[in-house]
Amino acid sequence: MSSTAPTVEGTAAAETPVTVRLRGIGKRFPGVIANDDVNIDVRRGTIHAIVGENGAGKSTLMKILYGVQPPDSGTIEINGEQVSLHSPADAIKAGVGMVFQHFMLADNLTVVENVVLGAERLHGIGGGARAEIKRISDAYGLDIEPDTLVEDLGVGARQRVEILKVLYRGASIVILDEPTAVLVPHEVDELFDNLRELKKEGLSVIFISHKLDEVLSVADEITVIRRGTTVKTVLPTEVTARQLAELMVGSELPSPSTESSTVTDQVLLSVKNLSLPGVGSRPLLDDISFEIHKGEVLGIAGVEGNGQAELVESIMGMRHGATGTITLSGTDLHTMSTRDRREAGVGYIPEDRHRHGLLLDAPLWENRVLGHQSRPPSAKGPLIDKRAARADTERIIEEYDVRTPGPNVLARALSGGNQQKLIVGREMSSEPILLIAAHPTRGVDVGAQAAIWTHIKTARRNGLAVLLISADLDELIGLSDTIEVILRGKLVGTFDPGDVTPEQLGSAMTGAGS
Amino acid sequence: MSVPATATGVVEPAGAAPKRRLPRFWIVYAILLAVLVLSILEVVTGANDLASSGAIKATLIGTMPIMLAGLGGLWSERAGIVNIGLEGMLILGTYGAGYFGYHHGPWAGVLGAILMGMLGGLIHAIATVVFGVDHIISGVAINIIALGAVQYLASITFSGLPGGGSTQSPKVGDVQTITIGPLSDFLFDVEKKDWFFVSELAAIARSLCDELSLLVLISLLLLVLTWWILWRTAFGLRLRSCGEAPAAAESLGVKVLRYKFAAVIVSGGLAGLGGGVLALVAASNYRDGQTGGRGYIGLAAMIFGNWRPGGLLAGSGLFGYTQTLSLRQGGESIHALLLAAAVLAVGAALLQARRGNLPTAGIMGGLGVLLGVTYFLIDTVPSDFSSMTPYVITLLVLAFAAQRLRMPAADGQIYRKGSAG
Amino acid sequence: MSSTRVIRIVLGISAPLLALVAAFLITSAVLYLADDPVLKVWDQLLSVPEARNVGNIVDNATVLYLSGLAAAIGFRMNLFNIGVDGQYRIAAFVAAVVAGEAWLPGYLNTFLAVLCAMAVGALWAGIAGVLRATRGVSEVISTIMLNAIATGLVAYLLRKASEQAEGSNVVATKTIPEDSWLPSITISDGPPVVDVYGFVVIAVVMGLLYWFVLNKTRFGFDLRATGRSTTAAVASGVSVNKMIVAAMMLSGAMAGLVGMPILLGSSHNYGSTFQSGLGFAGIAIALLGRNNAVGIGVGALLFAFLDEQSNPLQILVGVSPDIVAITQGVIVLTVVISYEVVRRYGVRLEQQAVARALEQERSTQKKEVSA
Repeated sequence: MSSTAPTVEGTAAAETPVTVRLRGIGKRFPGVIANDDVNIDVRRGTIHAIVGENGAGKSTLMKILYGVQPPDSGTIEINGEQVSLHSPADAIKAGVGMVFQHFMLADNLTVVENVVLGAERLHGIGGGARAEIKRISDAYGLDIEPDTLVEDLGVGARQRVEILKVLYRGASIVILDEPTAVLVPHEVDELFDNLRELKKEGLSVIFISHKLDEVLSVADEITVIRRGTTVKTVLPTEVTARQLAELMVGSELPSPSTESSTVTDQVLLSVKNLSLPGVGSRPLLDDISFEIHKGEVLGIAGVEGNGQAELVESIMGMRHGATGTITLSGTDLHTMSTRDRREAGVGYIPEDRHRHGLLLDAPLWENRVLGHQSRPPSAKGPLIDKRAARADTERIIEEYDVRTPGPNVLARALSGGNQQKLIVGREMSSEPILLIAAHPTRGVDVGAQAAIWTHIKTARRNGLAVLLISADLDELIGLSDTIEVILRGKLVGTFDPGDVTPEQLGSAMTGAGS
Repeated sequence: MSVPATATGVVEPAGAAPKRRLPRFWIVYAILLAVLVLSILEVVTGANDLASSGAIKATLIGTMPIMLAGLGGLWSERAGIVNIGLEGMLILGTYGAGYFGYHHGPWAGVLGAILMGMLGGLIHAIATVVFGVDHIISGVAINIIALGAVQYLASITFSGLPGGGSTQSPKVGDVQTITIGPLSDFLFDVEKKDWFFVSELAAIARSLCDELSLLVLISLLLLVLTWWILWRTAFGLRLRSCGEAPAAAESLGVKVLRYKFAAVIVSGGLAGLGGGVLALVAASNYRDGQTGGRGYIGLAAMIFGNWRPGGLLAGSGLFGYTQTLSLRQGGESIHALLLAAAVLAVGAALLQARRGNLPTAGIMGGLGVLLGVTYFLIDTVPSDFSSMTPYVITLLVLAFAAQRLRMPAADGQIYRKGSAG
Repeated sequence: MSSTRVIRIVLGISAPLLALVAAFLITSAVLYLADDPVLKVWDQLLSVPEARNVGNIVDNATVLYLSGLAAAIGFRMNLFNIGVDGQYRIAAFVAAVVAGEAWLPGYLNTFLAVLCAMAVGALWAGIAGVLRATRGVSEVISTIMLNAIATGLVAYLLRKASEQAEGSNVVATKTIPEDSWLPSITISDGPPVVDVYGFVVIAVVMGLLYWFVLNKTRFGFDLRATGRSTTAAVASGVSVNKMIVAAMMLSGAMAGLVGMPILLGSSHNYGSTFQSGLGFAGIAIALLGRNNAVGIGVGALLFAFLDEQSNPLQILVGVSPDIVAITQGVIVLTVVISYEVVRRYGVRLEQQAVARALEQERSTQKKEVSA
């Protein structure tokens, strides 16, 4: 499946010196082959993108390059010299810097403290460090004040601090892991400008992503990884996004498609003037009103951190303090506890399944009971009905194709996609009238994603009302009957998925105007 | 999960508590204010031991073990490890001081106390850092082990020695004290004048230059040293990062596990030294039950101080003062404090009411009224109750202050290498 | 999945066994370093107890079992109720006073006293629970503070209450009338006749109740879920604040029972010499028994056995019986460490088993799985 040495057309590019050369990299974990015979050449002064599906092995590969984990086989050459990286400190010495997808910053410390940590010998921890940070910030246009507490910084600024950290240590190779996942389109443009600046100064940038259109717009070379192996290295001028996607997946893409409308005119969920004060003058939720009818999927599009979590938690009763009314089938939910709301027919697929959706160290049948412990089949009066719960778990495993040897296995042992399928099956099983699905296919492999979409669509046909929160524009456009955009706690635009484009949604999500 | 202040999972409405930065050296103002209050109280209630030189001296000595225990807790928790075992390490320290102090002199006792405390810290470090045991369970286990071990060792090593027995060691020599002659005499004169407020200040100043135990001086220096190391050096930055964001620290090449390990051992050493102060300065031998829960009170002082040395000193001072008072004249002094507490509670209630926090204001106001009524109804507090004072104060302080504080973000987290990324 | 079950049981037992062996070795090392006769100590500690020793062991185990259950209830919720000590003493005192007054006749009086004990224990623990739920105060520190406060409170009230007792030198509450005493159970007709506390029956019932409520009821499910993951429990509809208070109160109620066997079976009043320190042993036993009703029972018997057999250590071997305290403390640590080690191993085994099973499926299915 992979070539021994990646070949790229175009003699000019082939003459530029190679800064990073990976040959035959392999890595296994118990029961999983993460990387197998990976071969990549990264040239100096270029932006090299690595694309692949969730679980394809990109992150593992980058961790190997950054010294977080050793490879089981293969070699790494940096600037012509073979290196053996046993820790991030080794990687940093070799000139490699990594900006993780989940920022590695200490909220309670200042920018200086975060940047200087581990590299105190370079410029000290006081005035010298501050001066250097200012210098780098000015040189690359990062716009960072050294003495700000990190927790006071927004997402885009935090990412720039991460980049500054890397530059402070004299990195010549900068790795970015899914950097645009949390950014808004105009912040993405700013980031790409910063990256082009880095490229001009002769640094090499490795960019991991699965957002193909972004990759095509900024990368000089693209390597596709599938199931742990390098498939092909191409130039962005030679491929389309669709072709890249097919290389990533290995077969025809499943795509969410719209079908005939199932929306009725019976209102199931009605939210009126929902507001939630925040710290300071900016409210977390600002006078939100919408209705969801039976058989309708309402998609809420927005960049993370604009009030989606607060909205969901307020509807579920997990967050107090909101004003306004929330009615379900005419009943005011205001005084009802989370349990009562669930019993009234609200199903919930949480955004963070490990924190809110599962008991990782409990067997699957107990996880089936979770959230439904007051109703059959899990409960019989005040007691838990283990037999019935187990039998029902087996049914869910069957129907929702959860890959597991049985219902007694601990939830922790399942893959992310299978955990999510179990959760979806569990929530659907109580025959809810309203389903709140927050990022339902995040971190889930393509097969499971398609399955979950199918289940939601089937339920919708049967009259289920769905509140869909997602950052995946394809998912929103494919599943929703109506799309609302949320920005800074306010609903700022209504769109018809039939004729909206990702660019329109993107601009609305950032407030750049329709 | 048990020590983090708020861990109930439900998101409560954001209380509009703006971040207020305390003025530099606020602790000086705090001490001045406290002395003022006590002076007024002495005049109003007639209790004469509230700010006497004897009380102040005893408070200084009594505060040190609490402060050292709290300092130990600070080192450990700043690195992300909760150390409930401070009480046990304190106990180990008292034994070390008694045993080594008797056989080889008081300074050997000091060293012995520190080493014994470090031994306790080592066990906690191995359990939590190497094996990933829950921090609280490990701490509780160490308290049990330390108590049993010390009682066992005491019965073996002290029985048959003159003045010793299975529950106490023979007398240990004193640690030297220093006296700045002329300054001390001058201050003594001012004290004798009995001037309102000024005499009390003189008494405090005098306690620091008249027969000041070297151990107390060392302890205070350690407090300042801790501040400097943790907030002004690279080592300290790295240690604090282990308690705030260990994954981030590891990704930058910080050997997180090593720092945690070191921090816990230092923590044990400091607590051990606290035990040394108890056995060598506050008393003159090791005695079973000497520690009286000071390890836990030290932890409370640390929490009260928002995990910073300045606040820790303030908290330890508060708890040490009340404990000292209850051990001296007890009834009368505590009785006087009731009045102060009542006024404080009513004042706090008014403040809360102005902020619109009516339920809290109601509770505080009710408490204030209760305390005031009690003050007027009785003349002196029974000894059983006065001995409870430090514990009641600890509870009240934690109950009313716990929510405005911020502990190190990764405190209590069980960290495994390779969690970075 | 019987093989997973078997593996889990084996792993479940191996951890405490590993712990006991480690504790055994460490204790021996301590004895050796202290120049005490290691073999003679173990010889005495592990000797077969005589009939009357067995009686004492059962009696002490009953008390320790209740203490262990109390701690375990807290542990299942990830709460550390270190206050069992204070809770049982204040509960026993109140129960002794109530029973001494004998407002009701015979066993009704006993029943009332036990109820009072549970109520007082629950209330005292409830203070810590409320502080934790409303103000976020660590229950570790608050329960320890409450222990100290209970000591002072009981000492004060004892002096007040005993002033009304028949003038004697001992400071104690009024003696409970004989018809309210709980009868003993004879386990050996003799000679000598050996009795054990009748309360042992109630203790066993409490163990059954503990198992049933936690594993079979919805409330128990909620409690365990909250202990495993607060966030998931909240999302599933549990009110965590209510759970915290409820769990602490139940733990306190159970703690209140700890002093009952002694009160109703032997001392018949509460005096200044009423046995103390039973709370911490309960924590150790709960950890050793892994919060499992049967495990705690085994742990209680083990600790009671060690305590009993160590009594004559000073006389027979010249070693302080405090050595057993070290053993018990070491057991707590070794237990938790060995559980962690075994748990990590078990998780790895399980992940490998799942991966193997899935691999088999994949190869037999021959279907193209995308990504």
